[in-house]
Amino acid sequence: MGFDISVTQGSDEATVKLSGELDAAAAPKLKETVEKVAGAKPKRLVFDVSALEFMASAGLRVLIFAKQKMGAGVSLYVIGSKGPVLNTLTMSGFHHSVILQDTYKPLE
Amino acid sequence: MQGIDIQPTHEYQGYKIRPGRPFPFGASVVPGGVNFSVFSRSANYCVLVIFERGAAKPLVEIPFRGMFAKAFTEEPVWGEFRIGDVFNMTVLGLDHEAIEYGFRMDDGRPKAKRGKPAIHRFDPSIVLLDPYARAIGGRDVWGRAPDWNAPFPHRSRVVFDDYDWEGDRPLEIPLEDLVIYEMHVRGFTRHPSSGIDGAEAGTFSAMREKIPYLKELGVNCVELMPIYEFDEFENSRWDEDHKRWAKMNFWGYSTIGFFSPKAGYASTGRMNDGTMVADELKSLVKELHRNGIEIILDVVFNHTAEGNEYGPTISYRGIDNSTYYMLTPEGYYYNFSGTGNTLNCNNPIVRDMVVDALRYWASQYHIDGFRFDLASILSRDPWGGPMANPPLLEALAFDPILGKCKLIAEAWDAGGLYQVGSFPAYGRWAEWNGKFRDTIRRFLKGDPGETGAMSQAILGSPQLYQGRGPTASINFVTCHDGFNLADLVSYNDKHNEANLEDNRDGANDNASWNCGWEGPTDDPSILALRQRQMKNAISMLLVSQGVPMILMGDEFGQSKLGNNNTYGLDAEINWLDWTLQEANQNFHRFVSKMIAFRLAHPVLRSRDFFHHADPAGYGYSDISWHGVRAWQPDWGGRAIAFMLCGNYAKGGTVPDDFIYVALNMHWDALPFELPRLPDGFLWRVFANTGMQAPEDAFDPGSEPELAEQSGCLAGGRSVVILVGRSTAQ
Repeated sequence: MGFDISVTQGSDEATVKLSGELDAAAAPKLKETVEKVAGAKPKRLVFDVSALEFMASAGLRVLIFAKQKMGAGVSLYVIGSKGPVLNTLTMSGFHHSVILQDTYKPLE
Repeated sequence: MQGIDIQPTHEYQGYKIRPGRPFPFGASVVPGGVNFSVFSRSANYCVLVIFERGAAKPLVEIPFRGMFAKAFTEEPVWGEFRIGDVFNMTVLGLDHEAIEYGFRMDDGRPKAKRGKPAIHRFDPSIVLLDPYARAIGGRDVWGRAPDWNAPFPHRSRVVFDDYDWEGDRPLEIPLEDLVIYEMHVRGFTRHPSSGIDGAEAGTFSAMREKIPYLKELGVNCVELMPIYEFDEFENSRWDEDHKRWAKMNFWGYSTIGFFSPKAGYASTGRMNDGTMVADELKSLVKELHRNGIEIILDVVFNHTAEGNEYGPTISYRGIDNSTYYMLTPEGYYYNFSGTGNTLNCNNPIVRDMVVDALRYWASQYHIDGFRFDLASILSRDPWGGPMANPPLLEALAFDPILGKCKLIAEAWDAGGLYQVGSFPAYGRWAEWNGKFRDTIRRFLKGDPGETGAMSQAILGSPQLYQGRGPTASINFVTCHDGFNLADLVSYNDKHNEANLEDNRDGANDNASWNCGWEGPTDDPSILALRQRQMKNAISMLLVSQGVPMILMGDEFGQSKLGNNNTYGLDAEINWLDWTLQEANQNFHRFVSKMIAFRLAHPVLRSRDFFHHADPAGYGYSDISWHGVRAWQPDWGGRAIAFMLCGNYAKGGTVPDDFIYVALNMHWDALPFELPRLPDGFLWRVFANTGMQAPEDAFDPGSEPELAEQSGCLAGGRSVVILVGRSTAQ
């Protein structure tokens, strides 16, 4: 199982769609992407994880890295999480720090 | 800027390695790979064994000394990766999430035989757990039967030591302001009535969801029974008739690894990812802190799960038996813990390990304090003799990283050392006050002549802790050991048959009283008396100086059916039954009102002992004693009353009300004459356990005026609590 990233830059938001397994081997690639996306200074950063099948602690750390990198003014959305990925987010408590949605609806 | 120590120097079976860093011990993620470091004074042979996660067979076994290939050139080259008594090596290119590891060690001498005494117990056929493992695999989901024949059952894992704390830090609530709730992580939410679904029940994350309940109850500190990795299957017994485990190690007082949270307590345990388990516990701590609740860990440093000469070799004994354990000159294990072995805590190596572990929990997990199981063992020298100035206890008391952590001793051990009041404290250590418990219990059941001892308990036990202050006294009526509150008033004798030890286990002397019938009854008068006795006990606990501790389940009056030693039961009697919150709502309400009362009144929470004096000339001393006649205590009977002058709250630094408490443990009602308040002050009734709910306790601040200000009637076996406030307020 591999890992894929695709990025869509909208006017206000950047959407990063993840698929496959986000483990320690895949995490650096995502981190690089996040750094690039952050450079464009979007108002909202959206991770579409609906096609993501697994996320390890290293993967979770990239999401936290993204949150820290973007700063307090940027809201972070995690869209379409389910199964093991949703479990990882809730059991680690990370769901308190982001906006979890089934489908993307910007809050403001 | 990149360091210059990331290039390999040697190669072994395709793995690129280089000399490691001896500090810190254990496995740490370093740039480019993982650093491994392990101590053994006596091993002359050590091998690092790396597994793919969960695999039975190792990926590779890399010796710390021997022939290697030179990195890049592949010429044969000798290598030795050791500094002093520490083997250390960095393996480059390892995915820290994907591996588990252990060590093999030997000293080249004949192996010790099982059951026979021995100074060393090296056995190179065994893969040993790292004593500094930050996470341990093998018991990842609670109660999932393991492979009993697994050659490496407890598997060291690597944890990435970071976490998004979002500004969290330990709360540093003054000790005197704590109300501690002693609880068991699994027992808290395992019961179906907890409302937590399936696999998440009984975990750290389930506990996090229940924080609002703790907040509503009003406690500001939780003390978790052991959460270091242990084996719930230690001495387990399967009940074929009922297809269940009749016995397990439920409590967990048997440590496997001092640096690792119990994976089976994490809902993420089943993901087999040590960092995830750590994250789950850290997010529980963060959320507790956000809600103003501290977290204290009950830590077991007196022994390990390796048992005696017949026990399994998991880690310590296969690494350096005579360093980690107290041994007789012949090589038998000293047994001051009552469980087979005794950790050699005042050996400098072991002492450092204990300090390292606690620093790790304080800094990496933001733990607010520690309660040390059988802490008197920590004051023994390597031959078992008690020391006047035990280096470990001193080191902990003065440790800079632990500087604001609460340090609480269970000031006795199973070898006969009883140090309540005399534990080497260095101005830092508090103690579980077993004498407080015994006094309250005897007074509660109506023993005559306990009023003098009761006054000591109420004052924070100055006879025990003079020079240390009331915060040295952790007050409790019940704890995990012994009867819980409901059983204290429902049973004269223990009923431990369910523990499968023919009722021989557990304490025989419980100072309990069944109120007229042994065990469950429908008799309304007995039930009412029991309810009142429970309220009396909670009242006495919460109006005493010192630090109160309440046992999980006691706030609901949950029974354990007379079992006073439920360590081995993963069953309903050990699971908090949430339906009782509703069923026993009157009692639950009383407990939370009493907690609120304590927190509303600083005069109940002094840092220093009262002086029985009125240095500022208010006309009232800080504390005064009374009987049925004001100012005339009867030190020989079953009733006593006292008054606190709010002007002396916290040494006179904060204002408070007058508080008057009448404790009548006589079976007859007694009229208490009240001391006169200053002009313009009135007595109000906060609580009267002789009344039915809701008249048994009021919200602090909305207490009704006492009709007759000169006296009050305390019913038989009842507590009356009054507050005296100015009518101008």
